[in-house]
Amino acid sequence: MEVIGQLQKQYVDFVTSVYHEGFLDDQFLELQKLRDDSNPNFVAEVVSLFFDDSEKLINNLATALHQQVVDYKQVDAHVHQFKGSSSSIGANKVKNACVDFRSSCDLKNIEGCLACLQNVKREYYLVKSKLEILFRLEEQIMAAGGVVPMLA
Amino acid sequence: MGSDCCSSGAQELHVLAVDDSLVDRKVIERLLKISCCKVTAVESGSMALQYLGLDGETSNAVGFDALKVNLIVTDYSMPGMTGFELLKKIKESSKLKEIPVVVMSSENILTRIDRCLEEGAEDFLLKPVKLADVKRLTDFVLKGTVSKKNGSDVKNPKRKLLDDSSSSSADSALSSQSSPLSSDSESSPRLSSTHRCISKRARFSST
Repeated sequence: MEVIGQLQKQYVDFVTSVYHEGFLDDQFLELQKLRDDSNPNFVAEVVSLFFDDSEKLINNLATALHQQVVDYKQVDAHVHQFKGSSSSIGANKVKNACVDFRSSCDLKNIEGCLACLQNVKREYYLVKSKLEILFRLEEQIMAAGGVVPMLA
Repeated sequence: MGSDCCSSGAQELHVLAVDDSLVDRKVIERLLKISCCKVTAVESGSMALQYLGLDGETSNAVGFDALKVNLIVTDYSMPGMTGFELLKKIKESSKLKEIPVVVMSSENILTRIDRCLEEGAEDFLLKPVKLADVKRLTDFVLKGTVSKKNGSDVKNPKRKLLDDSSSSSADSALSSQSSPLSSDSESSPRLSSTHRCISKRARFSST
């Protein structure tokens, strides 16, 4: 059916551009291998957990950085967690933003940390919106009776 | 990629996965299930010890046999008990020390890797963990298990992995983190495993 074909092409083009812009990396493609007929929503489920985890971490970071006396070890622990989970789903720019953030933590530089938090948030919300578009396209393909293309 | 490896007759390994990150637990669990393993995933070292029946309480010998674990995969950085501390406790236990333990970390710190290997870790995986890594692990554990059942003289499965890996280590010794997505069980090891070969070779050379 033409509609399915068009949706599939849209999906592949979109993922390709998101990948080439560096928002998602090879690990995202690795996760795609873990999808099958018995677990078609695996990637969406993991990413959903990532979204929940990330919102909590962003809140915790904001709180930690606005304490009278900032506990940089605690801040670093949160950033380390954020770096880990973003790396696990292939959210490349978020991961890189976390790497920069850890450097500011090492220097115990409050302005640097606050700027890094803004940067991490920006990258997170960007990749979040892209992933949401991606999953919406998958749903549309499946609703039209099609199969979501496997990503090489 | 389905579960076509889970045919009848294929042995199913029981793996205990330990990681404080919910995202990582979900990923490792799926990686293991797709590799035909039964998985128990817990969020901390202390929960892992509890599951293994080594939590200071009177050990339930009958219970442990029923839950036989063939492989433990643990994250390194965890609040409370680290993966290294968990590894130590397992290797200090006469009941559990034979169970292979693999440590995972997102940080490629050579001293950390060495410490874990010296403490008896079977391997050290760099996160994010890939399907090829898990396949290599499960193939290795299965070989050890099958050899034991056949009564063949594979006294030290660790040595076997060392020998297999070391033959292909030269080129990949200084390679970057990413490993080729090969389906061979003895394909070129990740940097961490290669490094392990180098450090273990140094140790064994004096024997």
